[in-house]
Amino acid sequence: MINNPKEALDLIEYEKVRRERKLNQKTVYVCVGTGCTAKGALKVYAEFERIIAEKNLAISLNKENDHEEDQDPVRKTGCCGRCSSGVLVTVLPWNYMYANVTVRDVEEIIDKTLLHGEPIERLMLTDPITGHKVERLEDADFYKHQNLYIMEDIGKCECDSIEDYMGRGGYSSLIKALSEQTAEGIIRTMKEAGLRGRGGGGFPTGVKWEATRKSPGEKKFVVCNGDEGDPGAFMNRTLLERDPHSVLEGMIIAAYAVGAGKGYAYLRAEYPIAVRMFNKAIEDARRLGFLGENILGTDFSFDAEVKEGAGAFVCGEETALLASIEGKRGVPKPKPPFPAQSGLWGFPTLINNVETYANAPKILRDGIESYRSRGVEKTPGTKMFSVTGPLKLNGIIEVAFGTTLRQIIYDICGGLVAGKELKAIQIGGPSGACLSEEFLDLPLDYDTLKSVDAMVGSGGIVAMTTDNCMVEVARYFLDFTKRESCGKCAPCREGTYQAYKILEKFTQGKATYEDLENLEYLARIIKIASLCGLGKTAPNPILSTLKLFREEYVAHIEGICPSGMCTAFKKYRINPELCKGCGLCARSCPQNAISGERGKPFMIDEEKCVKCGLCVEKCKFKAIELVH
Amino acid sequence: MPITRNFSKVEEILKKHAYDKKNLIKILLDVQKEYRHLPKDVINYLGVALDLPPAKIYGVGTFYAQFSLKPKGQYAISICDGTACHMQGSTSLLQAIEKEIGIKPGEVTPDLLFSLDQVGCLGACALAPAMVINEEVYGNLTPEEVTRILKNLKERKEA
Repeated sequence: MINNPKEALDLIEYEKVRRERKLNQKTVYVCVGTGCTAKGALKVYAEFERIIAEKNLAISLNKENDHEEDQDPVRKTGCCGRCSSGVLVTVLPWNYMYANVTVRDVEEIIDKTLLHGEPIERLMLTDPITGHKVERLEDADFYKHQNLYIMEDIGKCECDSIEDYMGRGGYSSLIKALSEQTAEGIIRTMKEAGLRGRGGGGFPTGVKWEATRKSPGEKKFVVCNGDEGDPGAFMNRTLLERDPHSVLEGMIIAAYAVGAGKGYAYLRAEYPIAVRMFNKAIEDARRLGFLGENILGTDFSFDAEVKEGAGAFVCGEETALLASIEGKRGVPKPKPPFPAQSGLWGFPTLINNVETYANAPKILRDGIESYRSRGVEKTPGTKMFSVTGPLKLNGIIEVAFGTTLRQIIYDICGGLVAGKELKAIQIGGPSGACLSEEFLDLPLDYDTLKSVDAMVGSGGIVAMTTDNCMVEVARYFLDFTKRESCGKCAPCREGTYQAYKILEKFTQGKATYEDLENLEYLARIIKIASLCGLGKTAPNPILSTLKLFREEYVAHIEGICPSGMCTAFKKYRINPELCKGCGLCARSCPQNAISGERGKPFMIDEEKCVKCGLCVEKCKFKAIELVH
Repeated sequence: MPITRNFSKVEEILKKHAYDKKNLIKILLDVQKEYRHLPKDVINYLGVALDLPPAKIYGVGTFYAQFSLKPKGQYAISICDGTACHMQGSTSLLQAIEKEIGIKPGEVTPDLLFSLDQVGCLGACALAPAMVINEEVYGNLTPEEVTRILKNLKERKEA
């Protein structure tokens, strides 16, 4: 337990030296982010440990390091972002990055790279555009075009270690804040830096902090919104798993600035690793005295606790989230009063997104200049995005505000995989919009996106191709929002259901021009009349596709699904001239809809066919065709 | 058949959360983990212990997707239907699962081995299409792969 700021700063200096030494010695860092773990990262890690023990390298390799536990040459690191290339392994001190590592590659990595510093070309990152091999991670286009601010130290940060976080300068902002700065000073810094809430709305963080500070209340709370429910978004999860202390430090600083004594981190129960990591971070911070009574010997006391969500999208809305923390159904309330005036149990409550909190200590540490040198005038700084879809590279990126979609899709992620053609970009999840190709050069920031009726949202970007039907996309999102609507207000509860029913008619080929009109009218009403953010933004997928892809709606009325995605419009036919009668299709058909005699052309029974398309994939002679 | 239950487990959970109604969601998450659903008699028991009407607890229990009033299987399958997964063919995975274990989302097999749920987003979008079985993530799936995984789990049960 540390009792004064001086001692804490000394510890940080010590940890910095310790970390520096670790980075300069021979070490393998295995990425254990969700993506890599699903691809077997823990097995790769165990194999490294096994072979290192077998060869007795655990102490001999880095024996000049007198800190015994730092000699271990294999460590775990948090998500490196390039999830589609997992399992990722970084080898220090050379900074080599290897992709798609399997258990079978481990021995070679130890023998060649770890022992002799020899890079293995076969495992290096491949540049998705040129196909060239890239030796070091900083040379890969995927990282070069990013602006790593809160994600810096990719590939070499130990996510579950408070010592490692301090070695990266962590908790120095808190110490400085408590010993040298006033609450007003910190709020002023946030305002001058121009930090805006990363949860989607982009509300100025300093203003929110000030309002909570000025609100009279016997007690105050800070809450971290980690209820990342948007389908297609996982940057909060990544941040919580790779650097939980940065979020926690931000929460403690915010508590000091607004005068709160208790904090809650509301995390999705669907993210068990994030919950575990954050709980450990809280324990470690308590152990060292960054949480608890009289932090660092000052008169500031604060403690934090994890509250798990239980699976409700609407809880991302702040008033619903607060109800959920109180142990109730997550139903939103009308605003005002805002949480800053009356939040948890009626007390003033500050609520910010995970990423917003992670930015705060970084701004205090690196200064306003460094923060404002990134991004655009009105929205400085960086934003994490999760980028998915049929792109050459998928994963988590951090770019400056003002970066264009084209830079993200083509420069960073390498464009689409062969044979796919980009049609639209879905940004902002169920509250966001589908943008067509003409918006590729639009700078991504809160105000510009708002001007085209889209939103940054929490930051999920999904690339959609000419194989994807935009009407189906709208139907999919309304299916989601109608299920997640809490049911409190009629425009959202009934409106999303009716809009869904109309969209279903479109995808089933039963829609008329009248439906098109009704849909547009209904979407506008839901937007105007709903109580909370969920309902107000739920029609966005409809409105944006109606605006940019109206011809697809019309085509559905006329009996065609241009992308061929809607099964109601599909028909499969076996071309008798190409069919060799091998029967493979009949055996693979889950519905037993294909029959025939061996050696003669087979037939599909349309009544039974559910149009899954499995037979098309199976047929070696390309004899099965899709007819629209 | 009337169920006679020993509530010592429930008491343990209540104690862990200080018999505090503010922790209702945490308590229910632990109950769900213990019994793989929220049994009716446990809801009533909690009502008395926390001084809450059972209807309130029922209200919370039915609001959140993590809770179920019917038991979940030993292998609880969550098939992701997030945006990335949906666009990359999660529907065909669902069909493969339905075919292999014979149940639809929201149901459980008669032997309580498998239960199936379709969920919003698992946050594993870079591995789309994905599913989770008891916290283990499976990514980049095909219908064949899914069938193989389920067959393996069935065999493990038999062995």
